[in-house]
Amino acid sequence: MTPFNVTAINIVWLPILPMIVIAIAAMVVLLAGVRINEEDSEGLGWLTLAALFVAFILTLGIVGQSGVAFAGAISIDSFAAYFELAILIAAMFTVLMSLDYAGEHHIPGAEYYSLLLFSVLGMMLMATAGDLIIIFLGLETMSLSVYVLAGIARRDPKSNEAAIKYFLLGAFSTGFLLYGIALVYGATGTIKLGPIHTVLASGAMGSNRMLLLGIGMLLIGFAFKVAAVPFHMWTPDVYEGAPTPITAFMAVGVKLAAFAGFLRVFLVDLTPMTGEWSSVLWVVAALTMTGGNLMAIAQTNIKRMLAYSSIAHAGYLLVGMTAGAGAGGAILYYLVAYAFTNLGAFAVVIALERLGVPSNKISDYRGLGTRHPLLAGAMAVFLLSLTGVPPMAGFVGKFYLFYAALHQGYVGLVIIAVLNSVISTYYYFSVLVAMYMQEGGVEVSRLSARPALVAAIGLAAIATVVIGAYPQPYIGIASNAFHSASGAEGIHAASLEP
Amino acid sequence: MIPLTYMMSLSAIIFSIGVAGVIIRRNILVMFMSIELMLNAVNLAFISLGSRLGSMDGQVIVFFVMTVAAAEAAVGLGIILSSFRNRETVHADEMTLMRW
Repeated sequence: MTPFNVTAINIVWLPILPMIVIAIAAMVVLLAGVRINEEDSEGLGWLTLAALFVAFILTLGIVGQSGVAFAGAISIDSFAAYFELAILIAAMFTVLMSLDYAGEHHIPGAEYYSLLLFSVLGMMLMATAGDLIIIFLGLETMSLSVYVLAGIARRDPKSNEAAIKYFLLGAFSTGFLLYGIALVYGATGTIKLGPIHTVLASGAMGSNRMLLLGIGMLLIGFAFKVAAVPFHMWTPDVYEGAPTPITAFMAVGVKLAAFAGFLRVFLVDLTPMTGEWSSVLWVVAALTMTGGNLMAIAQTNIKRMLAYSSIAHAGYLLVGMTAGAGAGGAILYYLVAYAFTNLGAFAVVIALERLGVPSNKISDYRGLGTRHPLLAGAMAVFLLSLTGVPPMAGFVGKFYLFYAALHQGYVGLVIIAVLNSVISTYYYFSVLVAMYMQEGGVEVSRLSARPALVAAIGLAAIATVVIGAYPQPYIGIASNAFHSASGAEGIHAASLEP
Repeated sequence: MIPLTYMMSLSAIIFSIGVAGVIIRRNILVMFMSIELMLNAVNLAFISLGSRLGSMDGQVIVFFVMTVAAAEAAVGLGIILSSFRNRETVHADEMTLMRW
């Protein structure tokens, strides 16, 4: 047994400073909540927003650095910074959506915002992980907080049920992920991602059965977290039952973090074993796209429809992962395009809950185009982006992703993906048809939309159009970020750009 | 010394019992216990592999997993309890407010 050598550990505080800020803020918010009336939580929301903003600025300082810290447990690279920034943006949008929502729905503010911050901490840890244990710890810090957030509306039976379903299936999938980590550790003798890649690249492992079983278990664990078919059963129920800002946070933040871990483990460090796992991923990607899109058609509840749509989008992202490291930049760009679009769509759903569609029925969106033209216009932008209509971000994301997959020779999979994209037009456009071409609908209350929510919708709409209309700089950032991760591990995947 | 194969087989058997428990049993508390069984099977695998490889990582991970399992128990029981207050049931088949 090797003696524990303290001096060999390279302790650098700067790269984890954003996470320290988030952790401290989470505890401060929790303690401050003691002195604040449960339903008067707007101040805590602004405090949370400020902490997230400080962390965002500090994270900008990491961009461009590379290396490892804490004996390889933390990777410092633009890949981590890219995901951390995206996660922090998603969290800031979530707070903007929650400011009024939490008070109106009798959600205890201190617990709500501190759990939000703790889950952001877990997500950032996952994005910056350098070994499998940090991935596990980040995943659990994130998941345990989000389980509670899904059920934070304690008196709402739907919220209870969402939390139970999410918790049981999430914990179940964690078991698989952990068993996968154990087997990969047993086969390669290390839990650090860089050394695992070195061992695998040396070809010494061949097709070791313990290793293959371990990779399979890891795949199952991650497939649960990104909601890939056939591990997607929890998604629609949890998305429908959870408070809507939390649904947005799960659809975007959790997915970003899960893909950060998934990409770092599979596309960066298990690349020598690509032949073994890419054919499995091919099937999962095809099933996920088709299953998500077909199920979405039948939905009458907008939150459930967006849940199935998020499954379908995970399928498109898996097409990119099947194509391998060549599609890395495209995946990163797509994730951010998807993030802004979905955050915006859920923000509109929240606004409409206030304006008298608490049931979230798509049929209640009828006539919205004439009654609330701006809100309907914003929703149209997001739906067109989800469909993949130029010049929205969703179009460029899909184009770039499918092009990269095509470039790597996955013609069959790209055909399935494009056909699925056509199917998805049906259910996205049925909402547009309801809003603009049908009369009726309901109008119960006449509350005006609040500034924070309007800001969230507006910013998301602007971002969706801007990064779609001028994608070049963002595609450059995304692909540099991806290659910084592969570069740090000493992998030089040649000619990966389409 | 006990061969690694025995220890890994035991771990695999316990893990399978846990998975089967989650899939077959319908009482949420029993499902939750089965999940804890899965985590303990993984702990066993980590310890055996760690001692076989002569590396400390495997032993240290077990402490992390135990901590996480404890946190998970706290959160899980809390969630189950808050649902029980509203629904008076811990049966998975009665969780049918939302489907399809």
